[in-house]
Amino acid sequence: MNLEAIVIGASAGGVHALLQVLPALPADFPVAILVVVHVPPRRDNALVALLAERCRLPVKEAEDKEPMVPATIYMGPPDYHLLVENDGTLALSSDETINHSRPAIDVLFESAADAFGARLAGIIMSGANHDGAIGLRAVYDAGGQAIVQAPATAEVACMPEAALAACPAARAINLEDMPSALKEMLDR
Amino acid sequence: MTESIEDIEIRLLLDAVYHHYHYDFRNYAQASIKRRLLQARAQCGFDSISELQSAVLHDDTMLPRLLNFLTVQVSEMFRDPAYFRALREKVVPHLRTYPSLKVWIAGCSHGEELYSLAILFEEEGLADRTIFYATDINPSALRSAQAGIFPLDRIQLFTENHRLSGGHSSLSKYYTADYDRAVFDTSLRDRAVFSDHSLVTDSAFGEMHLVSCRNVLIYFNRDLQDRAVGLFGESLVRGGFLGVGSKESLRFSSHADLFAEFVREERIYRRIAQ
Repeated sequence: MNLEAIVIGASAGGVHALLQVLPALPADFPVAILVVVHVPPRRDNALVALLAERCRLPVKEAEDKEPMVPATIYMGPPDYHLLVENDGTLALSSDETINHSRPAIDVLFESAADAFGARLAGIIMSGANHDGAIGLRAVYDAGGQAIVQAPATAEVACMPEAALAACPAARAINLEDMPSALKEMLDR
Repeated sequence: MTESIEDIEIRLLLDAVYHHYHYDFRNYAQASIKRRLLQARAQCGFDSISELQSAVLHDDTMLPRLLNFLTVQVSEMFRDPAYFRALREKVVPHLRTYPSLKVWIAGCSHGEELYSLAILFEEEGLADRTIFYATDINPSALRSAQAGIFPLDRIQLFTENHRLSGGHSSLSKYYTADYDRAVFDTSLRDRAVFSDHSLVTDSAFGEMHLVSCRNVLIYFNRDLQDRAVGLFGESLVRGGFLGVGSKESLRFSSHADLFAEFVREERIYRRIAQ
């Protein structure tokens, strides 16, 4: 079954990891990539500009009710949860924080698992809390591919470790191998 | 993809709530409402959404509990201070030209936005000529908004937001600390009318000069958003103002041509003549 989307969650140390992975993807990478990074609830999302400058794929802040299209990187906006509807449109919510975070990784991963089932891959990167662990398990349980940044290669290992504990079947991939792993995933 | 059993159960529950209680959540954005219903199921101790549905239909005390999951959200006073600064600096000068003012806070929840606007209007000298209409579909949220009591540990954030919004008085002037609660001055709601009103099923509200409805539309699907925006268009006087949440827009609405962007980055619109 073809991959429809990749969801990525990152927190402390995660921006560094994202900068190793996303700019390495080709401009014709045929899958939508949805990214939630724990950022402070300020309005200006500097991360979008930073990634847009370095990536070959277009990078944009996700908008409410926007149809998701392939070969695009969508970033969750500060102070809103990012979700995916079953019809593949994106949605935002200002529901309470989950794991002290808004946006929360679990919220994105669980809704994407619902929407895409086996046509989804989830990746948990460096971070200092447990957000994303339940979400990665949901991705796996729905038949999707579960991946974590190998804790030894994460600046802060807590989040990938928590994800591995919740989803022991997840593959741990070294940061430097992540871009090629993503490309290979397209053929699985 | 075929509809999952859980999605079928959710659809049936929302139908049941509509047919028995006339609360219509059927056109809410699905992913969010699913999260909230799963939370309600877990916290009320049911094994399935079907069990929750049965309880909601047969036990009247379940509906208020369910409504709290489906509607109430915690907000902040002066959330997005730049929005309130734009109201203060760009909208208030126009509002000053009216001898009397009507302001509608649609989906007021616990009242954070109402008290923010009441304080802002007080500071700008408009409070005496203004009536605030604070509406919500959730009776317990309305009661809470009417009480005007917020946890004291939120006040530091509210105070900082108020300062960033251009507030030129001290927020502490407007509340009394009572143990772990901040009780807001009853004079702030002297000119507020609290009312049960649904953007989904009720009609326009009439002759408003400002409608503030923030982070409500994102919970609606496009049809429902469209209805609500049309309602705001009908409710506003010509030249009246509409403020929505920072991630909401009128772009997709068939009623968008009733409005002109007024402060684009703060999502403040102005009702124009058609």
